[in-house]
Formats: sequence, structure tokens, C-alpha cells
Amino acid sequence: MITLSTVLRKYTAEVAIGPVDLEIPSGGITALVGPNGAGKSTLLTMIGRLMGMDAGSITVGGLDVSKTPSKELAKRISILRQENHFVTRLTVRQLVGFGRFPHSGGRLTVEDERVISEAIDFLRLDDLESRYLDELSGGQRQRAYVAMVLAQDTEYVLLDEPLNNLDMQHSVQMMKHLKRAAEELGRTIVIVLHDINFAGHYADHICALKHGEVVAFGTPEEIMVPDTLSSIFNTPIDVIDGPRGILACYY
Amino acid sequence: MKESAMTAHVTAGTPSGSSPDHDRRHVTSHAPGDAASTNGAALTNGTAAATEPALFADATAPADAEVPAGAATPADEQATASATEPSLLTDAGEPRRAGALPTRRSVRRFWIVAGTLVVLAAAAICGGLAYDNPMPVGSRGFWLIAQMRATNVVVVIVVAFCQALATVAFQTVTNNRILTPSIMGFESLYRLVQTAAVFFLGAAGVTAVVGVWQFFLQVALMVGFAAALYGWLLAGRNGNLQVTLLVGIVMGGGLGAAATFMQRLLTPSEFDILTARLIGSIANADTSYLGWAICLAAVAGVLLWLQAGRLNVMSLGRETAVNLGLNHRLQTICVLLLVSVLMAVSTALVGPMTFLGFLVAMLAYQLADTYDHRLVFPIAWLIGIVVLAGSHFILKHVFYAEGSVGIIIEIIGGTFFLVYILRKGRL
Amino acid sequence: MVVGLVVTVALVGASLFVGEYDIFGADDGAEMFGITRVPRTIALVLSGAAMAMCGLVMQMITQNRFVEPTTTGTTEWAGLGLLLVMIVAPDSSLLTKMTVAVATAFIGTSIFFAFLQRVTLRSSVIVPIVGIMLGAVVGAVSTFLALQTDMLQSLGIWFAGSFTGIIKGQYEPLLVVVLVVIAVFIASDRFTAAGLGEEFSTNIGLNYRAVVLLGTGLIAIATGIVTVVVGNLPFLGLIVPNIVSMFRGDDLRSNLPWVALTGICIVTVCDLIGRTIISPFEVPVSLILALVGAIVFIALIVKRR
Repeated sequence: MITLSTVLRKYTAEVAIGPVDLEIPSGGITALVGPNGAGKSTLLTMIGRLMGMDAGSITVGGLDVSKTPSKELAKRISILRQENHFVTRLTVRQLVGFGRFPHSGGRLTVEDERVISEAIDFLRLDDLESRYLDELSGGQRQRAYVAMVLAQDTEYVLLDEPLNNLDMQHSVQMMKHLKRAAEELGRTIVIVLHDINFAGHYADHICALKHGEVVAFGTPEEIMVPDTLSSIFNTPIDVIDGPRGILACYY
Repeated sequence: MKESAMTAHVTAGTPSGSSPDHDRRHVTSHAPGDAASTNGAALTNGTAAATEPALFADATAPADAEVPAGAATPADEQATASATEPSLLTDAGEPRRAGALPTRRSVRRFWIVAGTLVVLAAAAICGGLAYDNPMPVGSRGFWLIAQMRATNVVVVIVVAFCQALATVAFQTVTNNRILTPSIMGFESLYRLVQTAAVFFLGAAGVTAVVGVWQFFLQVALMVGFAAALYGWLLAGRNGNLQVTLLVGIVMGGGLGAAATFMQRLLTPSEFDILTARLIGSIANADTSYLGWAICLAAVAGVLLWLQAGRLNVMSLGRETAVNLGLNHRLQTICVLLLVSVLMAVSTALVGPMTFLGFLVAMLAYQLADTYDHRLVFPIAWLIGIVVLAGSHFILKHVFYAEGSVGIIIEIIGGTFFLVYILRKGRL
Repeated sequence: MVVGLVVTVALVGASLFVGEYDIFGADDGAEMFGITRVPRTIALVLSGAAMAMCGLVMQMITQNRFVEPTTTGTTEWAGLGLLLVMIVAPDSSLLTKMTVAVATAFIGTSIFFAFLQRVTLRSSVIVPIVGIMLGAVVGAVSTFLALQTDMLQSLGIWFAGSFTGIIKGQYEPLLVVVLVVIAVFIASDRFTAAGLGEEFSTNIGLNYRAVVLLGTGLIAIATGIVTVVVGNLPFLGLIVPNIVSMFRGDDLRSNLPWVALTGICIVTVCDLIGRTIISPFEVPVSLILALVGAIVFIALIVKRR
């Protein structure tokens, strides 16, 4: 369980995130949705202790993220941000291998190699594992990063807009992979999504943010309601029954 | 074959499709893992063999170990778990590995490169010792002259060590391969200290303050400067590495101005003495404290070496490094301090060198072709020796311009720098 | 604006009457006044305004607040040109020196701009860092040449910009920069447009290349001339536009007169300090500028972060 209590981060006198009180249950996929500038990514980065907060506290599985040593947290929670560029040339497998760093301290054991192989196979990257990251397409690279956080083998996985820059096919594939990771591997996945229909279809819980505050939290059925969605996104939104479940229409 | 096993697994794992209800039940069964699995990895190793062969998620394993019933881990998942056992060999029949040199070919390549560099470095050193020695080979006089030249060789080795390690580590920490630590104002500080010595003590004073104390004072000043700068700028809540770099550079400008001002007030003869000390020169290296320099460099080098694993993680950038459990800020400050020690030793020995480190590091990345600092460091060191000793040798014996080794390396390195950034097209 | 003008005039007046030589008591006071004080003050006014506006133009074109002639290698290029003239033809006239310095400054600035266009940068702070590295390469070449020809000390002295040697008959070339200043005033909004990118300026019907070329030319002329006549004036183009926009916001165009005035004020103040602090000797203005500039600049970026 991830618990946020009166989490606050101030930017200027007018712009602030919070105070946010929120409980994200264990298991399944929780999607953070909301209009631009609602504070979705900021909230996620604060949970993942990449950014500090001005007040309040966040606990992940009972550990206070601002007090627990970063090394311990790395075995419980992993976070993947949108932008990942670095100067080193790495193969897919080497990148995924870095996910084992919290457990191995940089020297990979046979067990580590096995977990790495599993993560790579899980995301169907086995044919690409010895390719260099800069030779991959955006979708493949994104999968490699996700494989890295899966190899990190944490209960909690935080993903900041993993569908960004992915086309339709790759977005759907990625969500299916994540869904499987939540179901088969028992991970708790928190994910920032832009498309409300992706959240409605794949997530188990939806948390809607607006102006830095949580305005709605519930199952997709509870959130995917015309009135709720319209007020979250400031746009008239209808919800219809599609062939594969409910769909939000805002075009 | 793998592919089909995976598909089977997927269908087996979610028998009733993916209705939300099913998911939630499924998930709550794992919830005890929440409280129990602080050191999941260690526990998994024990339980994986006994109860759950190769179950990928060790988050569930400790929960199962503590809740006797194995909670409600679906039986079908256990059954299929063995099907996900990854194949352990690549198509080429090698074990699948994620290490620094994953294939036999890359291992072979690395050692060939390393071997070649060792031979080249040895050749450059021996050439420096023996070439153009007026005495017959093997005679007593020959060895005497070689011994005198040996000091130069030791200086080359120490300077190459300092510059190579410092630059590679600095570029990793700053996550930027066009920077070298020498732009951080060290050069200007060095100039200022040296100029101040001549300015306040006169030409006679300079000869009086050479030696161990002057060396340590110099090193202490530079490290103190770096510590103050990094501590101040990086430690705050909004600590920002790039701002720190810029401040360092601008401070360098201010210090340099102070040095230039003092130089204006020197007599030409004093200025000549100063110039000899300011321009990087292996022949002019002050050797009275060489032993201390080696000790300091060795200590800093070993400490940096011990961090190599963490440096590998640092090279993935701040966010990934924090995600993997590094205290990024502490690590950055720590590495930068070690870098400043190495730079101070190098600068105090032979004066400022801006682009040697850049040249060496760039070649090292290309030749070592791995992310692992444990392998990049020695390669960079060897390249440093080859470049320094080689250019020294060529300039001394072919162009008879021993004094300008430093500047020639600057110009070559600088040209490489320009070509590199233009070809790379992205910083 | 009026207050600014008054302060500037007061400072310029002070510059006219401060100095070792007693221009009122001595018999030839009026003559000395004409030979040294007036030229010196004119030089101060012109170079201060020119360098500050150069910085602003560069910042407009690159859309980067940390760019100015000394953080892009322009000054080093001008220095290299000057050194070449001094080596090849030591007796050549001031005009020749200036022409060569302007030419090399132009080449250097063009290289920097071309580089900025070809390379995508992640962070604005990287730009000056690269520029300084570029300058270091050129500086290494200069040092090498100077070392080979025993000109190192002259190079050092030249680099420490100073108004000490400005007397009648030496400062006149500086008057050319008046034209530069006027041109900058006229073309300022084009520079702003060009700063928004080639596609943007083409879209609004501007010849991007011509504007950048004009900007580069103006910068090169001003930097080259000031470099030859006065020397290096570090950080002036950096701190002045930044200070002005701290007080007046970011409308670069309406800031122009303020930038010119502030540039004049700062150079004059620094020169007055340099003249009086260890009287009867003088501290080169570049030293004071570098120290003041470094402090102000660091305060700026630390505050901004």
C-alpha cells in the first residue's frame, strides 16, 4: 500500500501540489490521470523519492520514503521517468542488468542473470538483448527500460507516461505487458496516463488529479462517468458502451 | 519455442480473462508481501528452489514463506512457472550474460586492445629512456642517463593516471562527455597561487618555497576550493550540477584575472621564471615531492576504483541512479572531491592541461567499448601514458621542441574536441 | 530613464576630473585634459556601451542568457588575430591590426553560431561551457604562437584590458563603434525574431541568414575594435543585460538604452576604482571587471536556480 498524507510541494505562491491525501492499494494497476499541469508526474516523482516535498509524508509498504535509506527503498520500489538519456553505450541486456544493482551491488550472480533473462523474456526482448540501445526504435527502447525496472524486482513499480511517443500498436502491447506483470508477478503498478481510455480499459484503479489535488479515486466503472470525466478534464465527455468495454468519447 | 511457452503461460495465468474482479482478488492474495519482504532477494534464493522454481517475483515469495498456506497463490501459476524458466544459452551457445563484456568476442577484443596498449606504452617509455642515449647500450653511463630520464617517465605515468581517472570519473558524474575537470577553475587557481608566490616573494622566493610544503599547500588549496564550491552548490535542495560547473568556470575567470593582474606588475625576468612554471612541461616537473604525489594519486585512485560499480550506475543519470538506490548527491560530491585531488596533483606536477584528459577519455571509451569503469580506467591510463610519453618522445627527438609538449597536446586535444562535438551533433 | 541619464553623466564627469595629474593647478592642465582625460572618457563610454550591447545581441540571437563575447571565444579569436599581425608585421598600423582582429573575431563568432545550429543542446548552461572550451582551444594556439615568438608577456598585457594607454591619437578608431551601436538599435527586433529560430523567422518573412550575418558582423566589429584599442573586457556583455532584465523584465528591445547606459556606468565605475585604488599606479579595468563580474554573475545564477 502506498499512503500519502498531506503531501505538499510549493512552487510559487499560487502554484502548488497538494495537500494530497491518498491511499493507493496494493496490487493491480493504478492510473494517475488529469489535465496538463495537474501534478501527476510530480506526485509520482515524489513517491519515487526523486523529488523532495515541502510538507507531509509518503509511505510505501510501510516505509517512509524520506527517511528510509535509498538503498533499502530500491528493493521495494522502482520508478521510471519519461526521459532517459545517458552517454554510455549499453546493450539491452546490460541495461536490464543494472536493475539488479540494488540486490547485487554491481556484481551479477547466476541468480541475477536468471532474473535478468526472465525480465527480458517477459517483455519479449530476447531477440534484441545484445543490441545497443541507440539501435532500437522508441517502442523497443521503452520496453527495455520497463524490463530494467521489472528486473529490479520490486513490489511497487512507478511509471511516468510510459506510452509517450509510442504508436497505437506499441501502446497496447506495453499496457498488456504491464497488465501481465501486475497479474502474474503480483506487482503494484502506478502509472501516469494521458489517454483516459487506456486507463479505463487496463487499470484497476483510477486516480484523477486536478490543480494539484486528488478530485476522484475509484475503479474505472466509478470514474468513467460522463459528469465526473467532464469536470476533471474541463471538456464535455460522453461514456458509451464499446465492443470491448466502456469508452470515453470527447471528440 | 520460447515464444509459444510464453503464450501458454499467459492464457493459463488468467483463466477467466481480465475482468477487474478477478484481478483484485488475485492481487489481494499477495498483499502480505507488503509488510514482510524487506529483504526479498535473500529470502527468494532460499525459497525459490524449494517451493517455487523460478518464480520471477520474489515479492510474493517471502509472503508465501511466512504465511504457511502459501496464501492463495494460484496453483496454475505454479504449474506454469517452470515453463517460464528462461533459456540459459544464446543462439551461439554462450551463456546469456549481462556483464561488462557479454560475449567471448568482446572479451577477446578487450584484451587485444589492452595488450596492444601495454606494448605501445612500454615502447614509448623504453624509447624515452633509451633513445639517443650517447653511451653504448649496457654500459654504466647508459644506465646513469637512463636513470635520470626515469624521473620523467614516472612523472608521465603519474600525470597520465591522474588525468585519465579524473576525466573519466568527472564525465560520468556530470553525465557529459565533452567536459573536463580542468575547466573548473583549477587552472586559474594554479596560476594565481604560482603568480602570487613570485609576486610576493620575488624570483628568489620561488626557489625558496619549492618542495614538499609548497606542493601540499597547492594541493590543499585546490581541494579546499573544490570542496567549498561543490559543498555549497550541490548540497542545497536545488543543487544543480550544471550551475555548479558554470560557477566554477566563472570563478576561474575571476581568479585568472587576479593572476594576470599580478603578472603585469612582475619584472620580465620574474615573468620568465613564472612562465617556466606555468606551462605544462614534463621536463620541468618539480620532482622533489614526486613520492608524495604518487602516494596522494594512488590513494585517490584506489578510492575511485572502489567506487567503480557505483560510477557505472551514476552514468545512467540522476533519476535512474536514485531509483537504483544510490545517494546521488553524496556520491557526486565524493567523486568530485577525489577528482579534485587527482587534478591538483597533476596540475602541481606539470601545470595545467585542459584537453589531455578529454583526448584520453574519448579514446578510452572507443577502445574499451564497455560501460564498466573497472575496465575503462586502466585503458584510459594506458592511453594517457601512450599519448604523453609518445608525444614527448616525438617532440623531443624529431622536432626538438621538448618545452611545448603541453601546448601541442592542448592543440591536438582541442582540435579533437571540436571535431567530436560537431560530429556528435547532440550534447 | 532620467535618473539613469543623470547618474551616467555624473560618472562620466567624475571620470573627466579624477586622476593623478592636477589639471587645474598645473600650467598645462587644459592641454593634459585634452590629451588624456577626454579621450579616455570617450573610450570608456564607447567601449562600455558597445560591449554591453554586443552581449545583448548575442543573447538575442542565441536565446541564451549566458552568452557574450568572452564566453563564446570571440575575444580569444580577436586576440589570435592581433597576435598574428604582431608576429607577421610588427610595425603595421592600428588600422591593419583592427581589420585583422575584426576578421578573426568574425570567423570565430560564425564558427560558434554554426556550431550552435548544428548541435542540439540539452541545457542552456552547456552553451557557455562549450564556448569557453572553444575559447580555450584558440587560447592554446595563441599561447603556443606567443611562446614560440617570445610574445607571451605582451599577450598577457594586451589581454588585461586597460584604458591607461588611451590618449589622443589612439582612441579615434573607437568612434566606429558608434555606428555599431546605432545599427543595433535599428535592427534589434530582427535579432529577437532570429533568436526564435530559422523556421520562425522565415515564417514571418525575415531572411534568417542575413540577420544572423549582420549580428555576427556587428559583434565582430565591436569586439575586434575594442579588443585592439582597449583589450579584453570580460563579463561586461554578460552581467549588464542580465542586471537590466532583472530590474526591467525581459523586453530586450526596450531594454537597449538601459543596457547601453548601464554598460557605460559599470565600465566607468570600474575604471575609477582602478585609477584610485592604488594611486599613483593603476589597476587594469579588466581585473576589476572580472572580479566584479564573477561575483555578480555567480550571484545571478545562484539566485536563479
